[in-house]
Amino acid sequence: MAQLALASDRTPRRSGLAGNVLPVLVFIVFAALPLFAAFQAEAYVLGLVTRVMIFAIAALSLDLLVGYGALVSFGHAAFVGLGAYAVGILSAHGVHDALISLPVALGVSALFAWATGIVCLRTKGVYFIMITLAFGQMVFFIATSLAPYGGDDGLTIRMRSTLAGFPIFNNDRSLYYICLACLLGAYLLCRALIGSRFGRVYRGARENALRMGTIGFEVYRFQLVMYVIAGMLAGLAGFLLGNATDFVSPAYMAWQRSGDLLIMVILGGMGTLHGAIVGSAAFLLTEEWLSGLTEHWKVIFGPLLVLVAVFARGGLIGVGTRLRGLLGG
Amino acid sequence: MADPVLRIENLSKSFGGLRVTDDVTLDVRAGELHAVIGPNGAGKTTLINQISGLLAPDAGHIAFAGEDITGLPAHRRAERGLARSFQITSILPRFSVLENVALAVQARNGSSFRFFGRAADEAGLNSPALAALAQVGLADRADAAAADLSHGEKRALELAIALAMEPKLLLLDEPMAGTGRDETDRLVAVLRSLKGRFPMVLVEHDMTAVFALADRISVMIYGRILASGPPDVVRNDPQVVAAYLGDEME
Amino acid sequence: MSLTLLIVQTLNGLQLGVLLFLIAAGLTLVFGVMDFINLAHGVQYMLGAYLAVMFYGLTGNFLFALVLALGAALLFGLVLEFAVFRHLYDRDHVDQVIATFGIIIFLNQGVKLLWGASPLSLPMPEALSGSIVLMPGILYPVWRLVIIASGLAVALILYLLVGHTRVGMLVRAGATNAPMVSALGVNIRRLFMIVFGFGTMLAGFAGIMIAPILSVEPGMGDTILILAFVVIVIGGIGSIRGAFLAALIIGLVDTLGRSFAVDILRLFMAPSPARTVGPAIASMLIYLLMAVVLYLRPAGLFPAKGRA
Repeated sequence: MAQLALASDRTPRRSGLAGNVLPVLVFIVFAALPLFAAFQAEAYVLGLVTRVMIFAIAALSLDLLVGYGALVSFGHAAFVGLGAYAVGILSAHGVHDALISLPVALGVSALFAWATGIVCLRTKGVYFIMITLAFGQMVFFIATSLAPYGGDDGLTIRMRSTLAGFPIFNNDRSLYYICLACLLGAYLLCRALIGSRFGRVYRGARENALRMGTIGFEVYRFQLVMYVIAGMLAGLAGFLLGNATDFVSPAYMAWQRSGDLLIMVILGGMGTLHGAIVGSAAFLLTEEWLSGLTEHWKVIFGPLLVLVAVFARGGLIGVGTRLRGLLGG
Repeated sequence: MADPVLRIENLSKSFGGLRVTDDVTLDVRAGELHAVIGPNGAGKTTLINQISGLLAPDAGHIAFAGEDITGLPAHRRAERGLARSFQITSILPRFSVLENVALAVQARNGSSFRFFGRAADEAGLNSPALAALAQVGLADRADAAAADLSHGEKRALELAIALAMEPKLLLLDEPMAGTGRDETDRLVAVLRSLKGRFPMVLVEHDMTAVFALADRISVMIYGRILASGPPDVVRNDPQVVAAYLGDEME
Repeated sequence: MSLTLLIVQTLNGLQLGVLLFLIAAGLTLVFGVMDFINLAHGVQYMLGAYLAVMFYGLTGNFLFALVLALGAALLFGLVLEFAVFRHLYDRDHVDQVIATFGIIIFLNQGVKLLWGASPLSLPMPEALSGSIVLMPGILYPVWRLVIIASGLAVALILYLLVGHTRVGMLVRAGATNAPMVSALGVNIRRLFMIVFGFGTMLAGFAGIMIAPILSVEPGMGDTILILAFVVIVIGGIGSIRGAFLAALIIGLVDTLGRSFAVDILRLFMAPSPARTVGPAIASMLIYLLMAVVLYLRPAGLFPAKGRA
């Protein structure tokens, strides 16, 4: 198998331009959007971009695994689903406070990540992809059999989370800014992680796990910890998703959704972090646009993915870099 | 005489029907440079792999500094000060030369489960790393990507990584493999400067280097130790000359 | 929990196992020999079913429909290989996942376009549509027995092909060490095509055989694809023998588990919680099995590349 060729290989230097301009730009756009959207179709635009940001958080966490660790997890949507179900199930029992449901969402995701990570991380390559896929399916089927919580049909979340009694998730705008803050926080957390001592060992393990072992690092432990962190971040995304859609169903954890997340990471450019955000936007906005064109939009979307996989190496970020190079940058 | 730092007893390993390590008993004393020589396929690298923990023996024991490490995984042996370099260069190609070595320093310098703070900026890791690079003559290449180094420079980097581990025993698997005359001489000089600080096991084909450095030599053929002793004794042993050195020396 | 039910469900489990084997056999070879993750294998199964329905509509004869559909499925598979997969053999697994995922999306929508979203059905041959008495009190559909028999026949053919022919030897060598086989001068591209084409036909065949029992609808390949992956992961990638064993085990565990989970749980707990927890545990069973197997043998039971 060809070695994954990534942008993430060295410890990201505090690079002046390329590394920082794009992320800053992205966040400025996100922050300013509600001001412009006030002029037309506010609820629609806000709702759409809120979803983009939520999935961006999930894609970020997946990039930690795929882009920086060569751990291609095909079951990542399970954590999103777990986070959303945490909100839903607690809500069904009358517990709405985020101070309870958020820690529960994070805790359940962490537990699932730890329990499955222990098994998954003993495998490599294709086996890892398959076993993460299968564990994702497992959670999916558990969710479909949860008859008291809607089973296959899902669960309507009648009341959004409150923070110590304050219904701050209720307003579309405030929900938008909460998601933006979470995205920013997640992004900064991931950047710090990657450059830290922990991150360096983790990245070194992707490069040469054998070498890392003979230096004295137990690679398995580092990968497990990162797997749990990534799971928790995706659980956060799930918590936000439940609140944003007022709904949760097993469909949130279907393996096709895990595939979507992988596409977002690759589309944007894996191993760059901000690529995951760009990829999430590109994926969801393209989906939205195409589905507006025709009922059978997937007939177009499918081959588009194939073309992306075959031709766009390094994703959109990679294409951008090459363009800049061509234009004499 | 003090206890040997490394003691291998009746080590055996077979792959299918092939005995690659055949009842090997060997020891390495404090401060000595013990060379292991023999023709290709003799099982030298397999022996090193078993000592460093990458391969589990079928039978026998390995004791390091008095402790039985036969069942320990590789990273635990590294923690105890057992360092090795690889015959086929095994570095982190897309990391910088400095970071390759700094990671080895990091392994022995406090917890690596620190999630904040840029590791690449830590002077406490970079200084010892630079020192190790200086010892092998790579200090001026510290910021280069490891993949950009010449072959000889990569072999030197291998050595620097092992040195940065502050080893209590250094296993060197053909450090001069594929290096030209100049590089070889440089590596020999480095190794000579390290002699006595810690024991070393040197697997090598370059006989000039071996006889210039070794305190003791063990000769391996077909997985067995044919002879073991001071260089002069081994070089004149008729069995050894017949089986191996006769061709090598000319 | 009666003996009759046990026997019937065991046979059903065998039938599912045999079906899984047909799909998994092609998949494991493609993985093993070509190191290529083909998520689109499930839609080839679906396509086989749809093509059979279409040809049955044209010819009115099951056997003709079977042969024509197999041929068409093979053709389509080769076109896919030529147009898309060929470009992805040397690429990262992630790229392969995304490309084949795109093909799934495309084809699931494509069959909806061509044949509509409602489930279709394929009638089985008259002579084989009844049930026979296996034992006093046990009536079992003939067609399911036909599926079991044909699956076992295919297994035997594969065993003979792979184990006792020159091509089979090359396939086994390729599954163990493809670059080496290529370096020895074998036309590895042609070998890939043969392996791929054969696997496609097997998947299509499975789809055709199961069509009379299940309904033919868009997305029918997706769930069975995951099961097939579980099979080859447990069996060991690149190993037909492993796929066969694992497929039967999974078929039996899944079927018997679903039938008897509630009853078994009722031995330990009250009926009501057993009825809630039972189905959940039943659906988890094969994944738990996979987790245990992979924990003990991270490369599956009979990996072609040998255990590390």
